[in-house]
Amino acid sequence: MFQIEFDNQPDLVVGIDLGTTNSLVAWMNLTKPEVIQGEDGDKLVPSIVSLTEAGELIVGNAARQELIDHPERSIYSVKRLMGRGVEDVREELKLFPFRIAEGSESVIRVALGDNTFTPPEISSFILRQLKKNAEAALNAQVTKAVITVPAYFNDAQRQATRDAGRLAGLEVLRLVNEPTAAALAYGLDKRKEGIVAVYDLGGGTFDISILKLQDGIFEVLATNGDTHLGGDDIDNRLMHIALEDIQSEWGESIAHSGEAIQTLRQDVIRAKEALSFAPVVNLDFAWNGKTYQRTITRELFDSLIQDIVDRTLGPCRDCMKDAGVTPEQIDEVVLVGGSTRIPLVRSAVEVLFRARPHTELNPDEVVALGAAVQAGILAGTVENQLLLDVTPLSLGIEMYGGVVSKIIHRNSTIPASASETFTTGVDRQTNVLIHVVQGERELAKDNRSLARFDLKGIDPMPAGFARIEVRFLIDANGILSVTARDARTGKEQTVEVKPSYGLTDEQVEAMIEASIDNAEADYQAAQLSGIRIEADGIMAATEKAMRHPAWLTLTDEERAHVTAAMNRLKLVYCVNDHHAIHAQVDTLNQATHKLAENMMNTAVLGALKGTSVDN
Amino acid sequence: MTCWNCGADRPARFCDACKALQPPVREYFAFFELEPKLVLDDKDLQTRFYALSRKLHPDLFSRKSPTENEYALEASSVLNDAYRTLRDPIARQLYVLKLEGFDIGEQSTKDVPPELLEEVFELNMALEEARMGDADALAQLPGFRARFEAMRAETDLAIAAVSAAWDATHEKQHLNDLRGHLNRRKYITNLIDKTNVPDRV
Repeated sequence: MFQIEFDNQPDLVVGIDLGTTNSLVAWMNLTKPEVIQGEDGDKLVPSIVSLTEAGELIVGNAARQELIDHPERSIYSVKRLMGRGVEDVREELKLFPFRIAEGSESVIRVALGDNTFTPPEISSFILRQLKKNAEAALNAQVTKAVITVPAYFNDAQRQATRDAGRLAGLEVLRLVNEPTAAALAYGLDKRKEGIVAVYDLGGGTFDISILKLQDGIFEVLATNGDTHLGGDDIDNRLMHIALEDIQSEWGESIAHSGEAIQTLRQDVIRAKEALSFAPVVNLDFAWNGKTYQRTITRELFDSLIQDIVDRTLGPCRDCMKDAGVTPEQIDEVVLVGGSTRIPLVRSAVEVLFRARPHTELNPDEVVALGAAVQAGILAGTVENQLLLDVTPLSLGIEMYGGVVSKIIHRNSTIPASASETFTTGVDRQTNVLIHVVQGERELAKDNRSLARFDLKGIDPMPAGFARIEVRFLIDANGILSVTARDARTGKEQTVEVKPSYGLTDEQVEAMIEASIDNAEADYQAAQLSGIRIEADGIMAATEKAMRHPAWLTLTDEERAHVTAAMNRLKLVYCVNDHHAIHAQVDTLNQATHKLAENMMNTAVLGALKGTSVDN
Repeated sequence: MTCWNCGADRPARFCDACKALQPPVREYFAFFELEPKLVLDDKDLQTRFYALSRKLHPDLFSRKSPTENEYALEASSVLNDAYRTLRDPIARQLYVLKLEGFDIGEQSTKDVPPELLEEVFELNMALEEARMGDADALAQLPGFRARFEAMRAETDLAIAAVSAAWDATHEKQHLNDLRGHLNRRKYITNLIDKTNVPDRV
């Protein structure tokens, strides 16, 4: 007997950076990771989704203008909502124009025009666009992907990202932490060895990871961060000032107009980006015939964002402590994320780590490049490189009195597991509920609730007799799974999962079904519009031919045949059945065959006579 | 035991005949192909960890059968758990005690080792006074800390001695002693943590 080899051909697996502000897709082009351009020639796809009046979903640069013109039908920074509950985002709603739909409970629904979508669905629209871009550029079907997530993402946020991939028709082979991906791209490029710190300040999240690079093994020693800290917060500081100025200068607030706010936000972002290169910039804003202008010096900007930058330093110190390294032991510092272009951020990093940070890799692209390297590792095209990542948060179970018992500590290398034995507290009890939380706090209520696992079908017996061994396993994606067995009988025990946030598997399946239905509808619409264009063409040509001298060369019967075919096509033209239209287009084509031939012949005759018979 | 895939007899980590990955051994020392020992060579353990990671990580099985994928996930989780336990001396010692049938469940920190009673009493007094704002008492805390740290260093030496003794003889008595030393060490560590300058009331 031989072992079945499932597939020896390297698969095409793309790497995707699904960012708060921008998203990118990359692949391994032979031995080098490469970012793939969109149809518009841009490598960065802005993470903006817009639903047009016609019901068409548009993503990226195309949606940018829609965001200004129709903010009520557009959404950006949806990553901030991934895997979170309504309670979590209340603060965020004050600053972001998310329109949370009524009835959102454990899963948020965001309104886009008259429709509502969950954050994984909106992210799946972005992923679909990236998939399309990759398929167009590589001229191949793309069904497998590695997607990056902030290292500090919890289980629910990771699951939401994986769900988004599934909804986009992608098999998510691995979720990779963004700073780790950056280290992979960096290490592969430079063939470095030693201790590397990756400081990743993106649009909405901050991560710090410390890795040891040795013989192609990228071992994460520790990671820390803040999933709600990033460039968006910096924009909001500038927005705040501008809005106050405008209110006092114009004597009216523009806060009620989504369109005005979006225009101002884009102006503010432009000013912020310019400040990374110039010591003074002008913020210009025009609205309804009024203008607002203000100069912003780098000093002012620095003082506005000082506390945001400072908030990144605590996690950096904690991370070094957990990794057991001092600043002197760190050989290199790699910067990731657009916000690391800000001079104040660079100098703060330099002071803290006592090393000049590396900036030669494009901070916008390095995560996607790393994702492509990991995709290559999984596909078998990149060899001898191995990533050993860690879980960012401790996993615990709630005990009596609401106290947490930690079973897998933060910064444990993943996959990681722990086993615990549970018993019953009451005679004839047949199920046990286990509340699993993630976080570092003592009390369960202060941590992130992950899920409640219901161990069902325990044989009824006196209290304390049952012995249910529960195994908690965090896989290489940082996602938890739980299995249980009766320690006395060895029998597998049913575990019912009730996720605290996010979608159940059944909900994701239902959405995939719905999206397949939609895809079918989209396909039908495309076919219809295609065949109608063809019908328009042939009808116009036939009408023209009927005025041509060649029309008279046909017999009466032939002419009636053409007219009848023409009428039948006109009849089915408005029917929503592309097969029916196609059939009549074919009939008309055949009916006009002789006419076309005769036209050719008269044209040739005309040419021979030196005159044109064609009008 | 036979190979799940080809049925060959007594497969190792990978089956000799068909090379398929087998379900992992769950005992940590056996997983690393080591004899149970209280003293380990860190460098050697790390070398083994990296070498095994290169063979067992799920990344290397993404194009293999679902069964092998499952075993790779299992095996790497055991590998990581084992490495985390064995590379940390205290975790390793507790693991050996458990392996040898000692009950190492929740040890009560209320049971003060008798020889420490007086010191603990004095420390608690000083802490109380320091909390009330007594500068003299506050100034005593580093002294307490230094004394406790010396005690812990002494205990560590004792632990090293019994560890070497057990590795050489595998006599149960050494593990009994080890458990006593570990309890004492844990108690002293708690005291050291307490000597951090307390918050004023």
